[in-house]
Amino acid sequence: MKIQRLTFTSLAIAVSASAAHAVEIKYVLWDSNQLPAYQQCATDFSAKHPNISVKITQSGWDDYWTALSTGFVSGTAPDVFTDHLAKYPEFVKNNQLVDLSSYIERDKLDPSIYTDGLYEVWGKDGKQFGLPKDWDTIAMIVNMDMAEKAGVTLDELNFMTWNPQDGGSFEQIVRKLTLDKNGNNATSDKFDPNNVAVYGYQNPGAGGMLGQTEWSHFAASNGFKFQDKPWGSQFYYDDKSLADTLDYITGLAKQGLSADFKNTQSLGSDSMFIAGKAAIIPQGSWMITYFDNNVKSKYHWVPLPKGPSGKRATMFNGLADSIWSGSQHKEEAWQWVKYLGSADCQSVVASKGVVFPAIKGMAEKAVGAQMQRNIDSSAFLTMSQSETYLPPIAKNGARIDSTMESAIQSILLGKESAQEALSDANKKVLRYSK
Amino acid sequence: MPFMSRKMKNSLFGYLFIFPALIGFLLFYAWPAGRAVGISFTDWNLLSEPYYVGLDNYVDMLEDDQFWNGLKLSAYYVLLNIPLQVMLGLFLAVAMDRLTKSLFVKAAILLPYLLSNVLVALVWLWMLDPILGIVNSLVSFFGLTPQAYLGDPDQALVSVAAINIWRHMGLCAMLFLAGLQTIPKYLYESASLEGVTEFQMFRKITLPLLRPVMVFVLVTSVTGSFQIFDTIAVTTAGGPLDSTRVIVYYIVQNAFSFYKMGYASAMSVTLCMIMLAYTLLQMHIMRASESDLN
Repeated sequence: MKIQRLTFTSLAIAVSASAAHAVEIKYVLWDSNQLPAYQQCATDFSAKHPNISVKITQSGWDDYWTALSTGFVSGTAPDVFTDHLAKYPEFVKNNQLVDLSSYIERDKLDPSIYTDGLYEVWGKDGKQFGLPKDWDTIAMIVNMDMAEKAGVTLDELNFMTWNPQDGGSFEQIVRKLTLDKNGNNATSDKFDPNNVAVYGYQNPGAGGMLGQTEWSHFAASNGFKFQDKPWGSQFYYDDKSLADTLDYITGLAKQGLSADFKNTQSLGSDSMFIAGKAAIIPQGSWMITYFDNNVKSKYHWVPLPKGPSGKRATMFNGLADSIWSGSQHKEEAWQWVKYLGSADCQSVVASKGVVFPAIKGMAEKAVGAQMQRNIDSSAFLTMSQSETYLPPIAKNGARIDSTMESAIQSILLGKESAQEALSDANKKVLRYSK
Repeated sequence: MPFMSRKMKNSLFGYLFIFPALIGFLLFYAWPAGRAVGISFTDWNLLSEPYYVGLDNYVDMLEDDQFWNGLKLSAYYVLLNIPLQVMLGLFLAVAMDRLTKSLFVKAAILLPYLLSNVLVALVWLWMLDPILGIVNSLVSFFGLTPQAYLGDPDQALVSVAAINIWRHMGLCAMLFLAGLQTIPKYLYESASLEGVTEFQMFRKITLPLLRPVMVFVLVTSVTGSFQIFDTIAVTTAGGPLDSTRVIVYYIVQNAFSFYKMGYASAMSVTLCMIMLAYTLLQMHIMRASESDLN
């Protein structure tokens, strides 16, 4: 009787074990705006693969990377995670990422479906460390109520020019949009730069090693380039093209066209725009939904100005999904990554209109989805067809970032001349990148 | 003869009572601290195997300007923070002791301390925003010049100190109040019969008899504020221009941004030694375990 009972119990355990046989893949991302889209992908995926379930966790940017690296050490990292170009070299160096090339070959995936350049940046020496999921570019958001009052047309905003000497038509527009407490704009002689009510343009900050939304687009349209090649050890932060750009941005604050750096570091340029204290700010395409939810005035996204090179330029950043080398379920993790990189999932993401998926043609679909919500995000598409450059890819990224952040802060605070601060900083950067 | 003497019984119960706290101490303080000492002799980036480098991290540390700058900023922060916080706390405690028994007042004074550090820092970050914050609105309203507070390299650390003085003075006040209530009232009664002034009573009776509480407050708040981190992480992230990159922030940055665990541990161990030395000195100078009441 006792034996029978035991058998029965072990049988019950066996049955419940096979019912729970579904492998759980843990997946993490940092952008809460994208969670619903990927949750939908996970549901669709599990319908196709009943033996795999996907558990998605979202955590904010800062915690995300700390949690990930401590997870690597303690053996509790997620199987699959959203990866960033600035972060992945460190992981590669420490063997934390699965090389996907053999899976890609086995399953005959075609990398040419992805927008040009996005697949290649995730590879090194024939190995592939991520499958592209989306891309982003930079544009400027304009308070159209203010623009109309100042007599600035959308056409003028769509075709701005810029140069570091006189600021081009961009600066003329910024002057018209900058108002002092008495209502004089910055083209008037009566303008009081010490009592500004609305700033025409607001630079978001120092921007660290990337200057993604801060200075890199101005500098690149002025001939600047970050480094010799991805993974290269040569950096050009001491180039005059960047120094001139940063001098120009610092000068905007001196003239009262932007708020001082020190006044914008708590809540920052986004809050200033939303509160109607800044008329134009640069931002990335990942913020489209955020602004639509928060801006009360009429607004419009416009492409960045054309620089001295005669072209618009933008950082073109692509995220990818990577598999952790410590995953206990690499095959299942790969199935999920493959699905995330497929047209099935990326068209779901496109239809939610939150970010621009990596597969060619999907971005247009996302722009269309946003159009239906009365958001015109085509400026970002225009930017993606302009001159684009990738963020620099280097080891010791965190230290390079910290070095550049300090140097550029001291320029924006007026403590050091741009050329001097950048020359010193670049020497340090070269030591780290070797 | 009883199985245990009363004294033995008492100390057994004593140990029984501190047992739960002891487990926490060993598991979450003593053991990690011991590990940190071990890690401080290695080069370890979290992800690869650590390897032994002897005293290299300590040698690097002594030559690292940013380490010294961090220590200097932390010390400066303590000097900004502690005197005001303790004085305000003491003032509030004496005022409460004399003027009111109201539970509401006590609760209101303690409230900032009961909020989480991060929440307090966030609220102040909003209020102190130079362009959108309420503080500068009030400053302008009264015709004064608006300031950048957390955004200005010259004001950032002072602003962080002000936030934490506001948060902690209530706790100081409560501790002092508890101390005040152990001072026998007859001392004051006989003093006033002798015609001693209020201020002299405070100096000759209150302050000396508060000494054990004072030591406790000083030791915990000095070591606590030397380890200032959370408010800075939320409000300034060590900036602007490294003006708030205090030693603990620099340690965390090395550990979790630069992945230099060995180096971060070496600095932590050093910081721990400094704090230990300070505590022993302070307790010795102020004869903390004795009371003047006996």
